[in-house]
Amino acid sequence: MINADSLRLTVIGAVMALLVPALATAVTEGESQAIQPAHNYVGNVESLQRGAKYFVNYCLGCHSAKYVRYNRLAEDLGLSEEQLIENLMFTGERPYDAMTNAMPAEDAERWFGVAPPDLSLTARSEGVDYIYSYLKSFYLDDERPTGVNNRVLEASAMPHVLWELQGWQEAIFHEEQAADGGVNREFVRFEPVTQGVLSAEEYDRFVRDIANFLDYVSEPVQLERRNLGVLVILFLLVFLLFAWMLKKEYWKRVQ
Amino acid sequence: MGIGEVSGWDWLGARLHGVREWIDARFPMSKLFREHASEYYAPKNFNFWYYFGALALVVLIVQIVSGIFLTMNYKPSAEEAFASVEYIMRDVEWGWLIRYIHSTGASAFFVVIYLHMFRGLLYGSYRKPRELIWIFGMLIYLSLMAEAFFGYLLPWGQMSYWGATVIVSLFGAIPVIGEGLAEWIRGDFYISDITLNRFFALHVVALPLALVFLVVAHIMALHEVGSNNPDGIEIKDQKGDDGIHPIDGIPFHPYYTVKDLVGFIVFAIIFSAIVFFAPDMGGYFIEHANFEPADPLRTPEHIAPVWYFTPFYAILRAVPDKTFGVILMGLAVFLLFFLPWLDRSPVRSIRYKGWMTKLALGSFAVSFVALGYLGMQPATTVYTNLSRLFTVIYFLFFAAMPFYSRWDNTRPLPDRVRGHD
Repeated sequence: MINADSLRLTVIGAVMALLVPALATAVTEGESQAIQPAHNYVGNVESLQRGAKYFVNYCLGCHSAKYVRYNRLAEDLGLSEEQLIENLMFTGERPYDAMTNAMPAEDAERWFGVAPPDLSLTARSEGVDYIYSYLKSFYLDDERPTGVNNRVLEASAMPHVLWELQGWQEAIFHEEQAADGGVNREFVRFEPVTQGVLSAEEYDRFVRDIANFLDYVSEPVQLERRNLGVLVILFLLVFLLFAWMLKKEYWKRVQ
Repeated sequence: MGIGEVSGWDWLGARLHGVREWIDARFPMSKLFREHASEYYAPKNFNFWYYFGALALVVLIVQIVSGIFLTMNYKPSAEEAFASVEYIMRDVEWGWLIRYIHSTGASAFFVVIYLHMFRGLLYGSYRKPRELIWIFGMLIYLSLMAEAFFGYLLPWGQMSYWGATVIVSLFGAIPVIGEGLAEWIRGDFYISDITLNRFFALHVVALPLALVFLVVAHIMALHEVGSNNPDGIEIKDQKGDDGIHPIDGIPFHPYYTVKDLVGFIVFAIIFSAIVFFAPDMGGYFIEHANFEPADPLRTPEHIAPVWYFTPFYAILRAVPDKTFGVILMGLAVFLLFFLPWLDRSPVRSIRYKGWMTKLALGSFAVSFVALGYLGMQPATTVYTNLSRLFTVIYFLFFAAMPFYSRWDNTRPLPDRVRGHD
């Protein structure tokens, strides 16, 4: 197939191409671990149903998901129209409406300093791990107008909406005199201050369900897409076999 | 099977033959097919690297067809563009598939073209008498870069917007006319609705036309002089008994049509794996930040062009002076045009060249890949210094070529090509 020279070139090139990033990663090692893996699974429909319910109850008041339609949601999450209206639609929308919210952007900006972002695509722009970690990283901070800060997004404008569920926590920092005279603050761990309605494990699952739901919402077709991909590739493999046999047959004549 | 059916087929065959004769009397249909397929003699020893020309043509067609369907639902306005892409992704029947085919196709186009160009470097396909094929090819590459750049603004995400802002501002670095030129390109003082509209026009009409025209010219020039091959010798020098057809040549159709079909299916499998299982390729094909709508008031922390531009972006950033950086970046592309005249080797193919050329081409390929990686990273001191190192290697490949290609020890050429696979 490939002659020795070009093969050698290709191999050397490939090795170098792998080495350079590895070298570079070694240099930038030691990034903060603020973002933890969500370990969610978009195929888990029950988790998505819970996530949808939590989202509508706790998030949709301020955040929209304006590219998502309620009826698409019902279809993908295996809900009937009645279940949809009963569990997810509270303010008289029609099933084909998008998940917008009633809070005017101008008011939101006055109240929070910044309008709460639309969450349709956050799982694709920031990542699902980001959402999961963000919701677990609020800690008490008297210097913030909301009374809380967030380890994932420093000085975030969002209050800890889920405090009743999680309870309050504080962040323990390890402080050290830096060489330049300043203070190095290094995060150590979160320490619970008050107990929430949910246990730590329950809250973890709660947040994972929301993150999972937002992962689904960022690309509703992703479940279908993977299933179709398997069929397409299987078809192409069969096609490949026949095409290869055809090629062999024709090329027999070439000396 | 009844007798009636057999004569039915005969009847149909006779009709079709009649239709063909009718057309051939008015348009050179059969003649074109003979000249460019069934009697176009290609060397029998094409290897793996020779799939990419045909694949590039396939990708061009895929992009044009998927692009037509995207245009049916896309709205080229700053107000609506981002939402219309999400509308395609969510509400248009099969819209997601068409969009992913188009976005994956853009990257696939560059993968295929880069491998196709590297084939040319390996086997000296740009050497006399194929200089014009190479030049048409380079013009295709330039048009493709423009096409990709204009297309990338259309989703109107943060990276679309700020990527375009950075790249258009590069024209501003040109002395005297720079600022005016950048303004003329944008049609505004910053990237705006006006810019989006004209980029849309260029992306869907002007550049596809240029690309199709150049591809036709590229193939016509190729079929005029005949294909090169991995041994870099002319198959036309060894004619068969009929004194017309080269001994080592085989008709493109059916031999290479069936062979390229195999290559195409392998390509389609890899392409589908990306479209269906990793359409954003971990942020390399569709950047994460592009899922946020364009916001002219908020610059992203880290602006990186898509992977196929990053080698040149790394060269730009490696130079402390902006104007000189822009010139060097332009030169990095422009120098490729001169390869047919920079290469002074008595042989074409790497198979018969010595260690100097192998070292030069090897380190050139490595520096291109390394620059591509570095162009995606933040410009830290380490990275910038690495970029400088690889930039020097990149340019040395061209600057020193007239010398090493002549001094290099070459091996004697065979009379006939070496086998086939």
